[in-house]
Amino acid sequence: MKKEFEVISQIIQNNKRVLDIGCGDGTLMEYLKIKQQNDVRGLEPQKDLVQKCISKGLSVIEGDAEKELVQFPKKSFDYVVLSQTLQAFLNPEGVLDQLLRIGKQTIVSIPNFGYWKVRLQLLIKGTMPITKSLPNEWYNTPNLHMCTIQDFVNFCKKKNIRIDKSMCLTNEKISEITNRNMSYKNIFSQLGIFLIQ
Amino acid sequence: MNDEIKNIKKIIINSSLELDCGKKIKDFPLAYETYGTLNKSKNNAVLAFHALTGDQFVTNVNPITKREGWWITAVGPGKAIDTNKYFVICANVLGGCMGSFGPREINPETNKVYRTTFPVITIRDMVRAQKYLLDHLGIKKLLAVTGGSMGGMQVLQFTSLYPDKTHAAIPIACSASHSAQNIALNELGRQAIMTDPNWKKENSTPDKGLAIARMAAHITYLSKQGLQEKFGRKLQDKGSLKFSFDADFQIESYLRHQGATFVDRFDANSYLYITRAMDYFDLEKQFNGNLSLAFKNTKSKFCVISFSSDWLYPTIENKEIVIALNACGANVGFVEINSDRGHDSFLLDVPEFLKTISEFLNSTYNEINNNEKRI
Repeated sequence: MKKEFEVISQIIQNNKRVLDIGCGDGTLMEYLKIKQQNDVRGLEPQKDLVQKCISKGLSVIEGDAEKELVQFPKKSFDYVVLSQTLQAFLNPEGVLDQLLRIGKQTIVSIPNFGYWKVRLQLLIKGTMPITKSLPNEWYNTPNLHMCTIQDFVNFCKKKNIRIDKSMCLTNEKISEITNRNMSYKNIFSQLGIFLIQ
Repeated sequence: MNDEIKNIKKIIINSSLELDCGKKIKDFPLAYETYGTLNKSKNNAVLAFHALTGDQFVTNVNPITKREGWWITAVGPGKAIDTNKYFVICANVLGGCMGSFGPREINPETNKVYRTTFPVITIRDMVRAQKYLLDHLGIKKLLAVTGGSMGGMQVLQFTSLYPDKTHAAIPIACSASHSAQNIALNELGRQAIMTDPNWKKENSTPDKGLAIARMAAHITYLSKQGLQEKFGRKLQDKGSLKFSFDADFQIESYLRHQGATFVDRFDANSYLYITRAMDYFDLEKQFNGNLSLAFKNTKSKFCVISFSSDWLYPTIENKEIVIALNACGANVGFVEINSDRGHDSFLLDVPEFLKTISEFLNSTYNEINNNEKRI
C-alpha cells in the first residue's frame, strides 16, 4: 500500500464508518475493512474499478462525486476520504462543502503544485510541469484546479474550515506541517494530507 | 400440457394468506424447483425470483415447454450462480400459470376455472407466499435473493418485508415503483388481450391478443441499437419488397414468431394479473413516500445492477433504489453494466454482468463462512 494510504489509515480510528470517494480499485477500503474493522463504502466513477471493488466484497457505488454526494445524509460517516481528486472536479468548492456535510471529519489529500520541481519547470522551461505525481500533459490532464499546500490552507481559513491535522509527504517521508515550516513544506513536499471539519 | 403441470413439484400452503386486495386465500399450491444441494449449515441458498413471463424452471430444460430455463446463462454448474456451490430455489409466482395458484386453477367453490374471478394479486402477495416455501424448506436465512425486472421488484419487497432473512440482495434492472410509461405499456398488452373476441369465450383462448401483447412487450425488452444491429432493414426473403402486408422485414417475422410461440406456453389471464401486480408495485407509497424507510431495518448487503441501454427500467430508476439505501445507511454497491441489448441484457450472456454477480455472491459467501468460523 502506498505511503499516502498508510498516513490516511493511521488517522482513521478502528470500527468507524468511512466513505472513500474515488476509491479506485479499493486498496485503501480493503485495508480499512480488514485491518481496522471499519465499515467502509466507496464511490467511484470508473465501471471497471467498481467491478473490481465489488469482486473484493466492497460496497462501492458507480457514480460521480459532483452529482452523487447530495444523496448521503448529514454526518452519516465518521470519516470521508478524498485522495488526490479535489483538483480534478469542475467545482472543488462545492464538493468540499458536501464532504464536510456528510462526514464528521474529512481527510483530503492534494498533489502540491508548489513543489520545487513543478515551480522550476515552469520557471526555467516555461512549460506546464510534468512530474511523477502529475504525469499528464496540459491537454490531457484530468486536473482542472491545481493548488499548493499554502493555497489549500488559505482556502480553509477563508471558509472557516477547521484543520485538525496537516501532514505532508516529502520523498515518501511523512512529516507534520506547522505554521513555522509551512513555506518550506510548500516547496519540498509532493503531497499534502489534511484532516478537516 | 395440463397433465404435465399437475405433476410438477409444489407445496400446498395451508396457512391463510390475506392478500392486499383484502381477500383471504388458503390451501393454495405454490410450484417450485430447486437446483444444487442445500449444505449442512443451510447457508448456501439463493432464492431467484422470476420476471413477468418466467417460471420456476430457472435453468436446464423446462420439462413443460421443452425450452431452456429462463436464466440458463447465469444459473448452473460452474456458472455465475454456481449450482455446484449454491442451492438455488425458484417458485412460480402467485397468479402464474406453471402450477402455482393462478387464474388457470379451478375454483373449488364453483368447479370452474377462475379466469378473471381470480383475486387481484400484488408483488407483496407473491413474496409473502414464497416465504412459506422457505419455511417449508427449513431455510432460516438465505445467502441471497436475486432477480431481474419483476424479479427485482420481488427482491426489494422481500428485503423490505424481511430485513434479516437474507445476507445479500441483488436487484437487477428494476424499479421501486412502476413508472407511468411501464403502466402504459402493460395496459397496451392487456387491451390487446381483452379486445380479442375469444377472451370472453369459456372454451377458447385469446391467442391473437396475447400474441400482440407479447410482440409489443418484446420490443420494450430490446434497444434501438440492438434491433438495428440484429435486423436493420434486412428482408425476410432476399428478393425485393412484396408490396403487401406480409412480413417483408426480418424484424416483423421475428416478432410474429415471438408472439406465436408465446401463446403455447402462457395463459392470457395470468398475463393480465401479473402485469397488474407490476403496475400496482409502489414500494415508496408503502412507506408514505419515503423509500428509504422501506429498508430502514435491513441487514442485507445490496448489489444493485442496471444496464446502459435498458429504457424500460433505466439506470436512473435503479439509482433511486441506491439513493434510498444510502439514505438509511444500508450496505449498498451499484454498477451500471454497458450493454446494447436493452432490458433483456439480464437474461443474456453479458460477461461483465455475470462476472459481477458471481464475484459479489462469492465474496458474500466467503464472508459469512469466515464469520461463522470465527464465532
